[in-house]
Amino acid sequence: MNMIRLSLRMLLRDWRAGELHILTLALIIAVSSVATVSFFSDRVQRALVLESNRLLGGDLLVISDTPLPPGYAEYARQLGLKTTHLTRFPSMISFGDNSLLTSVKAVAPGYPLRGELKLADPPAEGVAAQHIRVAQGIPERETVWVDEKVMVALEVTLGDKIEVGAAELTVMSMVESEPDHSVGFVSMNPRLLMNEEDLAATRLIQPGSRISYQLLVAGDEGRVAGFRRWISERLSPGERVEGIQDARPEIRSALDRAGKFLSLAALASVVVAAAAVALAIRRFIQRHLDGCAVMRCLGATESDLLRLYSYYFVMLGSAASLLGCVLAVLTQEFLSYWLSELLGIALPLPSVLPFIQGILTGMVLLLGFALPPLLNLRQVPALRVIRRDLELANLHSLAGYGFGFAILSVLFIWKAESFKLGIMIMFGFLLAVILFGLFGLLLIRLFLLTRPQGSGPWSYGLANIRRRTIPSLVQATALGLGLMALLTLTLVRNDLLEDWHARLPENAPNRFLVNVQSDQQKKLMGFFDEHAIPRPEIFPMVRGRLMKINDRPVNLNDYPDPRAKQLVNREFNLSWTDTLQSDNEIVAGRWWREEIISSEHELSMEVEFAETLGLKMGDRLTFYTGGGDFSATITSLRKVDWDTFHVNFFAVVRPGLLDNYPVSYITSFYLPPDKTPILQELIRMFPNFLVIDVASVIERVQNMIEQVTHAIEFVFLFTLLAGFAVMYAAIASTQDERIYEAAIFRTLGARKQQLARAWAVEFAVLGTLAGFFAAAGASALGYLIGKYVLHITYSPSLWIGAVGVLVSVIGVTVIGLIGTRTTLSQPPLQVLRK
Amino acid sequence: MNNQPIIQASGLTREVDTGGTRLTILQDINLEICAGESIAVVGASGSGKSTLLGLLAGLDVPTRGTVFLDGEDIFKLDEDERAGLRGRLLGFMFQSFQLLPSLTALENVMLPLELSGAGNAREVAHSWLERVGLEKRIRHYPRQLSGGEQQRVAIARAFVTRPKMLFADEPTGNLDAATGAQIIDLMFAINREQGTTLILVTHDENLSARCSRVIKLVAGRAVD
Repeated sequence: MNMIRLSLRMLLRDWRAGELHILTLALIIAVSSVATVSFFSDRVQRALVLESNRLLGGDLLVISDTPLPPGYAEYARQLGLKTTHLTRFPSMISFGDNSLLTSVKAVAPGYPLRGELKLADPPAEGVAAQHIRVAQGIPERETVWVDEKVMVALEVTLGDKIEVGAAELTVMSMVESEPDHSVGFVSMNPRLLMNEEDLAATRLIQPGSRISYQLLVAGDEGRVAGFRRWISERLSPGERVEGIQDARPEIRSALDRAGKFLSLAALASVVVAAAAVALAIRRFIQRHLDGCAVMRCLGATESDLLRLYSYYFVMLGSAASLLGCVLAVLTQEFLSYWLSELLGIALPLPSVLPFIQGILTGMVLLLGFALPPLLNLRQVPALRVIRRDLELANLHSLAGYGFGFAILSVLFIWKAESFKLGIMIMFGFLLAVILFGLFGLLLIRLFLLTRPQGSGPWSYGLANIRRRTIPSLVQATALGLGLMALLTLTLVRNDLLEDWHARLPENAPNRFLVNVQSDQQKKLMGFFDEHAIPRPEIFPMVRGRLMKINDRPVNLNDYPDPRAKQLVNREFNLSWTDTLQSDNEIVAGRWWREEIISSEHELSMEVEFAETLGLKMGDRLTFYTGGGDFSATITSLRKVDWDTFHVNFFAVVRPGLLDNYPVSYITSFYLPPDKTPILQELIRMFPNFLVIDVASVIERVQNMIEQVTHAIEFVFLFTLLAGFAVMYAAIASTQDERIYEAAIFRTLGARKQQLARAWAVEFAVLGTLAGFFAAAGASALGYLIGKYVLHITYSPSLWIGAVGVLVSVIGVTVIGLIGTRTTLSQPPLQVLRK
Repeated sequence: MNNQPIIQASGLTREVDTGGTRLTILQDINLEICAGESIAVVGASGSGKSTLLGLLAGLDVPTRGTVFLDGEDIFKLDEDERAGLRGRLLGFMFQSFQLLPSLTALENVMLPLELSGAGNAREVAHSWLERVGLEKRIRHYPRQLSGGEQQRVAIARAFVTRPKMLFADEPTGNLDAATGAQIIDLMFAINREQGTTLILVTHDENLSARCSRVIKLVAGRAVD
């Protein structure tokens, strides 16, 4: 017999007879919500990365202090990536008697690959507003674009010729902002942009000059990653590769968290959808028990039935998953279009991964929850055709759901892209199922003890729950799980957003001052007082290069990880303080105390930095500083909250150890936009200061958070939709019993209204149970996720819990009553004759 | 009718555990049924009629005893082999009709043929529905048919594979007297035509009177 053909026929027949509507609907909603969330978060995440790459001027930078081999760019172009390059160096430029140390950037066509270079009209007397426009191309030959500082300091106007090395170049435009201007602690000297073809004429590129050669690469994400892998294996000493995540830890951490949250949202929709599918399958199996018994009578073997229904479910799963995915593509396209309009950013095209994930989710959900009962279904006793009381032994067994859960957890870990998050959610929900089940059973048993007297809706409603103990438990647990996923998401979402806003308050520091000398501190504080800017904290720092670890010279080749290589290769700042900064937290060892004198030089290391370099507690590090070598032992590891934009250091030592080394100071402060002009005064007063403007970085990060917030809100709505599917499936799962019951009750004289009231009581009790389960579960899971995954402060919200319970009670009752409306309208005889 | 027994049961006993006590539902049933015979199994409710039918058809397994169907010791077969044997040799009719609600009348009749992999299921099923007078109802679902019509579909489904034996459990139990009589007429007419051996469980005296032999059960034992 051709089982596949028969399965298809059975499937089509069942579909036509309306047997599959609820299951298919649950599957389609499951797949489409999971895939929409995946598609959407995939696109949003990639848009956020692209958006932040604007800060680099490209997706990836290769930086070197010697000219880069042409092979790098050639290979990138072979991969279909866009490339350009630039040369950066400090130089004195002059106009008439004025001269100025400037950061020169010689650019080639194509610059910038990401982001925009903006030009502005030079300031004029009495003209407040500047016309800002996006530059088309790069400076033409023999011309330069300079920033306002150059114009002010050299007293030049557009059209003047200035001397750049041996060349005379005409000032053509004033630069308002450059995309790659504020990344990393690059010099904030006055800036000049020139065409690289004029570089030779300046004769500034000489042996020994401090020059940074950069290759900018941009294009398809996968190819950029491929290029990064390729080049990481070929970097020579002095060369490094940088993406935005390497450059700015605060952006990396914002992106990480956003990514984790979006994954969490996708997971929540999987849980919600799984609950809906599990319930729908339960109903399907119940309705097909008799059919299986008849088929067994008619000669179908166990393996016939197994094959029949396996093909059946594979076909159903494929069709529903495909449909769900198509729906997801359309929905996310609409959402993305709407979101791009709203935010003014274009989302990159979706990748195929969410599509595959969607299909797999559908199949895994269906087979995970259908297979165990299916394996039981084939064992339906044929005798059931004569004796209806013969039930399937294991129809309600938790083992069946356990298999689905196990399969689901694999899906979780895959979707969470984090073992920790996946496992935590899986165990969270598993524990929730067990606790909900046990607690629910206990409550129902208590109802049994306190059997209400009388014949009102209360006693009928409660009697219904008692009579259907197992189905009621399954319903309340599934509803509770779905709602728990939604509530967890709500709680975490609120905390995440609040946390972000708290980290980046309106007056987060937006300027860094570097190279402040000891004798300038007092004068600088006076300057702040004079301009009514709160005195910021000021930190000492000594620049040093890591030379030895445990007396073994550092060898670049020991670090295959490009980021580690780059960190080792870089000069970094050592600081000291006696009190731990508020945004630092000791995660290993102990902070030094005055009363405990250590024989070793104590050093506290930032934990991620230590992990990247493979450093551990007790390691002895030797640095080379301008004042000689300096050694210290790691006695603590610190976690630093980079999102605060406060001054922070990878390495901090105990005060007093670096007193004899050349020290300078660094500080960060908030400069209100209306006070920007005082910077000129500051620079004039302290010509040696390096002012680093992170305002645009902060603005971008804030903008990104804004975008993520919107994205999260949309994704959340979708998960909510899946929640309704659960409610519907939950109500439908006991529909048949209800129809039969209603017929009997009505035959015995019950009015529709009486039945409806009794059911309302039943639904309200189920809703209350589910609501309390969900609120308790979500509080616990929210706490765990906040603490261990997103690293945010979790604030339990009674308010959200209460709303959750209320929504559950009202939602389940209303949807329940709507779902059973048709049940009441069927003539009893019609039902009983079935 | 020939004199070869097509069904032989000996020492058939069925006991069940009910909360620690052992309850005997059927005790030491011995019988032989020849091909073409029509047998009525009668007795009060709870006397073990349906259990006997289930055991003879291999739907259940006895505590002791054997059943030979067409020369085959069915309890030496495993459940799947018994299912195969049912598909080849047996037809069934039930009090509650047991039509699949999601299938039309035609599809319900096609099902046993489809399960056995017969090629022309549709045509054969169609002709059987004509035979039972339901040619105009073939696309109707069970819920759209009356009880009598549903039982006619069940007759068509029972005979569509041309079984050697037909087992019927209270086939008129859910029908009014007039409809029941029509169904009995139809069933016996086809039975004669096909030479099928008929074993039916019934309370209906009209029905048992039309059978060639009556087996009466009292508290699980066959009495003369």
